[in-house]
Amino acid sequence: MTLLVVAEHDNKDLKPSTLNTVAAAKAIGGDIHVLVAGHSCQAVADAVSKVGGVSKVLKAEGAHLEHGLAEGLASLVLEHAGDYSHILAPGTTFGKNFMPRVAAKLDVQQISDILSVESENTFTRPVYGGQAIAKVESSDAKKVITVRTTGFDAVSAEGGSAEISDISAGDPNGKSKFVSLEESKSDRPELTSAKIVVSGGRGVGSGENFAIIEKLADKLNAAVGASRAAVDAGYVPNDYQVGQTGKIVAPELYIAVGISGAIQHLAGMKDSKVIVAINKDEEAPIFQVADYGLVADLFDAVPELTEKL
Amino acid sequence: MKILVPVKRVVDYNVKVRVKSDNSGIELTNVKMSMNPFDEIAVEEATRLKEAGKVEEIIAVTIGPDKAQETLRTAMAIGADRGILVKTDDAIDLGGVEPLAVAKILKGIVEKEKPDFVIMGKQSIDDDSNQTGQMLASLLDWPQATFASEIALEGGKAKVTREIDGGLETISVDLPAVITTDLRLNEPRYASLPNIMKAKKKQLDTIEIAETGVESTPRLKVIEVKEPAKRSSGEIVPDVDTLIQKLKNEAKVIG
Ligand SMILES: Cc1cc2nc3c(=O)[nH]c(=O)nc-3n(C[C@H](O)[C@H](O)[C@H](O)COP(=O)(O)OP(=O)(O)OC[C@H]3O[C@@H](n4cnc5c(N)ncnc54)[C@H](O)[C@@H]3O)c2cc1C
Ligand SMILES: Nc1ncnc2c1ncn2[C@@H]1O[C@H](COP(=O)(O)O)[C@@H](O)[C@H]1O
Repeated sequence: MTLLVVAEHDNKDLKPSTLNTVAAAKAIGGDIHVLVAGHSCQAVADAVSKVGGVSKVLKAEGAHLEHGLAEGLASLVLEHAGDYSHILAPGTTFGKNFMPRVAAKLDVQQISDILSVESENTFTRPVYGGQAIAKVESSDAKKVITVRTTGFDAVSAEGGSAEISDISAGDPNGKSKFVSLEESKSDRPELTSAKIVVSGGRGVGSGENFAIIEKLADKLNAAVGASRAAVDAGYVPNDYQVGQTGKIVAPELYIAVGISGAIQHLAGMKDSKVIVAINKDEEAPIFQVADYGLVADLFDAVPELTEKL
Repeated sequence: MKILVPVKRVVDYNVKVRVKSDNSGIELTNVKMSMNPFDEIAVEEATRLKEAGKVEEIIAVTIGPDKAQETLRTAMAIGADRGILVKTDDAIDLGGVEPLAVAKILKGIVEKEKPDFVIMGKQSIDDDSNQTGQMLASLLDWPQATFASEIALEGGKAKVTREIDGGLETISVDLPAVITTDLRLNEPRYASLPNIMKAKKKQLDTIEIAETGVESTPRLKVIEVKEPAKRSSGEIVPDVDTLIQKLKNEAKVIG
């Protein structure tokens, strides 16, 4: 059995989500090949060749692959799909975007966001915003899978020595064009891979007030997250959103500040190792999942916490 | 222009669902059902485009049980001009009509109705698949713009801003295309009473799923559905000092 993992990267660095996806491939078992599709992405291919458990790197370079647009990427994967029993990608906005295109053309029902591997054709996945876990068995000849990164511990980025082979970049599909990227830049750790996350909700009240969340995060070398309400209100950018329809995080420590704990928010953080909730409403549902709850006004408690740490 | 908006009947987002006692699925009897929130955003966007004079006709389509007519009526109360129900008695959340089959059925409808583009939700909040739009685009060989937070139509193209993990990406796709909605695209209106009344008189056609010719046997067999592992119950700490002490000495998550 040979499996293909499609790497997520920005042409310079490999994203950690790829390492979780390789881990899922390893759990299935077999030879693991990784596709690095991009533009001037030799550094990424080099990095992937060192990843533990990878036996071959396929590198496709072309201007049309620079931004990972779904059409070109899907047709490239489809060109090589015949060689593989399983095709996997991270269940991030990158993987979610192009993988169903691959699945549809292969006449395969994709298995989204797998949390565990039970056998080569049976997997578990969250449904209903993580309120239930379904075990599903695929009857398709080929499996097309996206991986819930928090379900699999990353494989080591070192220790491998896979060969890199260049493949053709495939068809530039002219129907879709990249225009621009408004990248959110931050010196803080990346939200989905940070060891500690401090998230703020509607209770924080404004974008300016978010500074108190950021100060606490900086003291803890943590990433900053948010609820949908905080994003909708414009306190922070969209990519801070944690939840069913945002990012999924499972850090060592998650501190929820001024967040009520709606199902959709819990879906994105309830697998965190330790959860702290700071909320002035003792009835807030967030306390039901919190290991440590502090019923307090966040404007008093958070600065005090930052100060005393 | 003419647009097609697929809408799905799902459990209401406020409902805390229960797993069936035989672990075969989710208990849906006597549970409040609504239009999938992302689809409401899609209908709202289509309606705004119509109000802005850029679109002449909006067709809502759903694959679901008889009751999914209500979902179509809701779409028509917001602004869709007519509705199509593709009727099935199979489940549409798990172990029934899956995204691949839905995409194939929608492809047939697109080929018949010839819309200029399709706008739909990025994700159903029941199966959480996030697949159908991309699959439809793929089957039609159309480009796609997923997770849209802004859409501008200009000269046979759509310029779409997308909510992605790294920030906001803007792409331009040739029409026809499939666009899927994200939360920040708009805030759907509440349908007014007169519009709800008017919606009752709008055209609603029903076809049986068998008539579509699409083989909809599920490919994913649901072996069991379980509740996620419960978190052990925590404690309320009296003050910040105790919190810090617990995090350091008990949980050992900070130095
Ligand atoms: C389709 C759909 C998808 C969704 N996806 C997501 C998602 O991915 N992520 C997500 O987070 N949500 C999501 N939501 C929204 C979700 O349902 C909730 O509306 C949202 O999570 C609420 O955010 P919040 O907790 O910040 O706000 P609220 O529910 O308003 O809670 C604010 C909390 O702050 C507390 N508070 C106020 N002032 C203070 C103070 N001074 N000190 C201490 N505490 C204070 C209040 O007691 C309250 O508990 C989604 C909803 C839908 C319909
Ligand atoms: N049974 C259905 N009927 C109509 N539209 C659907 C159906 N299932 C999915 N969709 C559409 O596809 C989108 C994505 O759904 P999913 O791929 O299931 O997450 C939804 O937001 C709907 O717009």
